[in-house]
Amino acid sequence: MASFKMAKTVLKSLFKKPATAMYPAVPREWTERTRGHVGIIEENCILCGICARKCPTNAIVVDRKGKTWTINRMSCIQCESCVEACPKKCLAMAPSYTPPSVEKITDIFEIPLPDKEKTEA
Amino acid sequence: MKDAMYTIQNFTQIDVSGLLEKVQNLKSEGYRLGQICGTPKGSEMELLYSLDKDLSLLNLRLTVSYDASIPSITGIYWPAFIYENEIHDLFGINFTDSKLDYQGNFFKLSKPTPWKQQAESEKEGA
Amino acid sequence: MGKSTIIPFGPQHPVLPEPVHLDLEIMDEKVVRAIPSIGYVHRGLEKLTETKDYNEMFYVIERICGICSFGHGWGYTLAVEGLMNVDVPDRADYLRTALHELSRIHSHLLWLGLLADGLGFESLFMHCWRLREKVLDLFEKMTGGRVIFSICKVGGLRKDITPEMQNDVLKTIKSLRNEVNSLTKVFLDDASVKNRLCGVGKLSKTEAVDLCAVGPVARGSGVNNDIRLTGIGKYLDLGFKPILEEDGDCYARCKVRILELYQSFDLIEQIMLELPQGPVDVPVKGMPPSNDFIARMEQPRGEAFYYVQGNGTKYLQRMRVRTPTNANIPAMVKTLQGCDLTDVSMLILTIDPCISCTER
Repeated sequence: MASFKMAKTVLKSLFKKPATAMYPAVPREWTERTRGHVGIIEENCILCGICARKCPTNAIVVDRKGKTWTINRMSCIQCESCVEACPKKCLAMAPSYTPPSVEKITDIFEIPLPDKEKTEA
Repeated sequence: MKDAMYTIQNFTQIDVSGLLEKVQNLKSEGYRLGQICGTPKGSEMELLYSLDKDLSLLNLRLTVSYDASIPSITGIYWPAFIYENEIHDLFGINFTDSKLDYQGNFFKLSKPTPWKQQAESEKEGA
Repeated sequence: MGKSTIIPFGPQHPVLPEPVHLDLEIMDEKVVRAIPSIGYVHRGLEKLTETKDYNEMFYVIERICGICSFGHGWGYTLAVEGLMNVDVPDRADYLRTALHELSRIHSHLLWLGLLADGLGFESLFMHCWRLREKVLDLFEKMTGGRVIFSICKVGGLRKDITPEMQNDVLKTIKSLRNEVNSLTKVFLDDASVKNRLCGVGKLSKTEAVDLCAVGPVARGSGVNNDIRLTGIGKYLDLGFKPILEEDGDCYARCKVRILELYQSFDLIEQIMLELPQGPVDVPVKGMPPSNDFIARMEQPRGEAFYYVQGNGTKYLQRMRVRTPTNANIPAMVKTLQGCDLTDVSMLILTIDPCISCTER
């Protein structure tokens, strides 16, 4: 039995700099692999719809007629399935998280239609 | 497939009438109850009793109908009350002579036996 | 002898952030009987197998619990791999073992923090969670997620780790070992901690066997049912030996978890130093056959069952998870009988309950 086992640790941490960061004044550092949200490079997208089929939560909607690529940010679980499945590599995981919100955020991206798509259709 | 110990499954089909005797024998041999699992199979249910002794697994498979009453093994393995009440609440299987019967109040559900009805409506659809 | 009173405990309780409800029958200051009731957060995840592809189901399984998410994912993939007869490459198996041990460190540090919080030792709680944060950062670096990793898949791993990450892990483990040393002294030697833990909630070896206890609760009573010995992952190749304590009280259960921290440090260092080269996944062809398979996994909290039944389509017929807390509730109820009212929170904490796990 002994007392004051904690004293040394406590005294040490009194003089060390805090373990926490002053968020949001000091922004968080992201790692290379952080799965924050799905980003898209609109120019490369061919609206093939593989990402929408691979999505386990059906968060992605690909509209070929309206030429839009829509993602429901609140349904997305950041599993990276769509990024792996994309044949054109136009999807990527971006580090920062979707900010908290009282509404369901839906992001709609206009896809500039490549000429190839027209001739195929 | 790796020839490791965990891949050995030992599934044994048994009858409802022989359940208590078999479980009693296994208990005296030093087996420990791992879990009871219910699987709906159309109009029937499959109950799986998994027991473990020295890290090797033994599974007793029991096929029962929904209205059958199964003798409770809580007299032999008291901790079985968790699994039996769970199966009763979710699938509507009756266990008789339970040592700790929650009478359907183990889980707080909005409607009784939700997973059983699902199994039946699937059967009608097929 | 006074009249008996019933005190409701939980599902909202300051000492325990878990939705378990207990009816404590109290005579004077002693608990005569405790009746547990759960079911406040049942989510029916098992039912989802009928609408999700067996590959997609993995993401659901991981979300059963935020603390043992890697173990749940691994257990599920192990079951499906057993069903479909898939052999995982060596490197993937080693990495899975390392990641699982890392999550054991993070789970045990979290639990030690909660225990300190339950004791009223706030500074100790903060320090435990500060160290846990380092493990989470390591996870983020390696897998991209702090809590939900999504790195396991049927047939291996989705991402390989780089040599820099290997070095990072070794470095972090080294600094963690030093810092955990100073906390260990507090947990195992400090008088105020010992007063609360020693001799409280005795569970003898025969009782632990009879009540089918698993994990650190069973190992604290000297029962060896560590599933890591059945050949999952690479534990046997690494010369794994489970940690057993004989006393069976709260102190023994705490000691088991602390010693397991050091064991996990050793295992991870060993893996990172002798990690074989090669691929981390194999392609998986076909659908799960109409058969069933039970995989077991040693979670930080104990043994977990993963039962899968296929039916020849891409959907599984049935998937069931039996989590360790499910098996430890009977042991908890038995130890509660005859204990002091003040010790109730300690007893519930030392089985490390995860009710959200229990209710899938």
